[in-house]
Amino acid sequence: MRHFVSTRIWHWINLIAIVVLFMSGLNISNAHPYLYWGDWGFSPTQAWLAVPRFPGWMTIPDYYSLAKARDWHLLMAFPFAFGLLGMWIAMLWNGHFRRDIKTARREWRWSAIRADIAKHLRFDFTHGEGKYNFLQKIAYGAVFGVLLPGMVLTGLAISPGMEPSLWWLVDIFGGRQSARSLHFLCAWGLFGFFVVHVLLVLLSGPVGQLRAMILGGDHQPTNPPFARPAKPEGESA
Amino acid sequence: MSFTMKRRSVLLGSGALMLGACTKISDSEAGTRFFETVDDWQMGLQRALRARNALAPEYAPEDISPTFRGNGSTDPQNDGYPEHVTNGFADWRFTVTGLVERPLSFTLDQIMTLPQRTQITRHDCVEGWSAIGQWTGPQLSTFLELARVREGANYVVFRCADDYTRGRYYESIDMDDAYHPQTIIAHRLNGEPLPVKNGAPLRARVERQLGYKHAKYLTGIELVASLDAIGLGKGGYWEDYGGYQWYAGM
Repeated sequence: MRHFVSTRIWHWINLIAIVVLFMSGLNISNAHPYLYWGDWGFSPTQAWLAVPRFPGWMTIPDYYSLAKARDWHLLMAFPFAFGLLGMWIAMLWNGHFRRDIKTARREWRWSAIRADIAKHLRFDFTHGEGKYNFLQKIAYGAVFGVLLPGMVLTGLAISPGMEPSLWWLVDIFGGRQSARSLHFLCAWGLFGFFVVHVLLVLLSGPVGQLRAMILGGDHQPTNPPFARPAKPEGESA
Repeated sequence: MSFTMKRRSVLLGSGALMLGACTKISDSEAGTRFFETVDDWQMGLQRALRARNALAPEYAPEDISPTFRGNGSTDPQNDGYPEHVTNGFADWRFTVTGLVERPLSFTLDQIMTLPQRTQITRHDCVEGWSAIGQWTGPQLSTFLELARVREGANYVVFRCADDYTRGRYYESIDMDDAYHPQTIIAHRLNGEPLPVKNGAPLRARVERQLGYKHAKYLTGIELVASLDAIGLGKGGYWEDYGGYQWYAGM
């Protein structure tokens, strides 16, 4: 039940990379806050979304500078992308993916999913066998399988210097401006995950959770005081 | 409880410090030099991942965007440029100077008689937008061969007619992009003479890099060994005054 050392190292490197990427990305968004579908798009009338302007406290650097934001963004893209690659290799190698994240067919039964949702709604985070419950597996699966690689691939696709080699990738995304839109959407998808992730850590014994992710100790999630775990089977309700 | 609170504020505090440090690093001299090195690595990596003359995608005529946005200088008013517009650029000259055996000067008519390349490509601005247009003009390599580049020339500097807010625009590329088949000196956009907002009468197309490398209102190119003595030494107007990366492939 302990976190692998590869998981722990990647988690913190990735946290730094992703925070810098997200905040510098918001600064870059301010340079042209309109999103388009297809290959091209350059004026608000063609946009499917006019993005709000992000204030300085949300951006890196903390004032508008496309040049400096790009410096940070393109720097952190490397630990982010290669870190993800390394994490995937480690996950497949050490069995973390197969054992903890891959779902079994029986977990996809509606009754099982409903029970898991109900358990979450009661703030009951204790679990029996297995490291992660179904909702966790789905969340981590979506993050590792879709959102994180999605950031890397859409990022590569909007880079004009990569396009002579990766034109097919741009085509898969439906054109450069589509790739740019998806880059933005994946980023906010990750932000959504980040908020829920931090919230759940705070609710399930943050000190133990942090210790487990830093030092690798064995931590069982605990319930917050207001949790209402279901009575064990056999007891009458 | 207070222990947890303290720990939490330490965590939040160090997070805020880290983010503040990003701004401080960006604003420092050492940070600037560091990011220039990173820019070099990124260029090396991108080039390692593609063939030297790998082409940017070219599009079909139906993909051309209905208009082509002008950005940066869109109507220069300095040094007689408006007069050139009035007389249809009849007196415009395009020179090839610097480290060449045979310095050259071309009128627009002479440029039209050179072999031409037409390409429909996508223009990606550093700000994030894109437009697709059809460009026509001689390859830059044609000028380099006619002028016979001397040993030791490492960069092509684009000389421009427009003053932007901080001074005269200029840009530079290295020989890798200078000899690339899609690097052309364009005088037509979508079959028409280049409009003023897009750089009339001549602009560079450097198709594997971002828009600010595609210098407009070209008066000539200069072959140089080093960029140190050009402008403020960083190889371009935006590189000097705006902090943009010299290599604009990402």
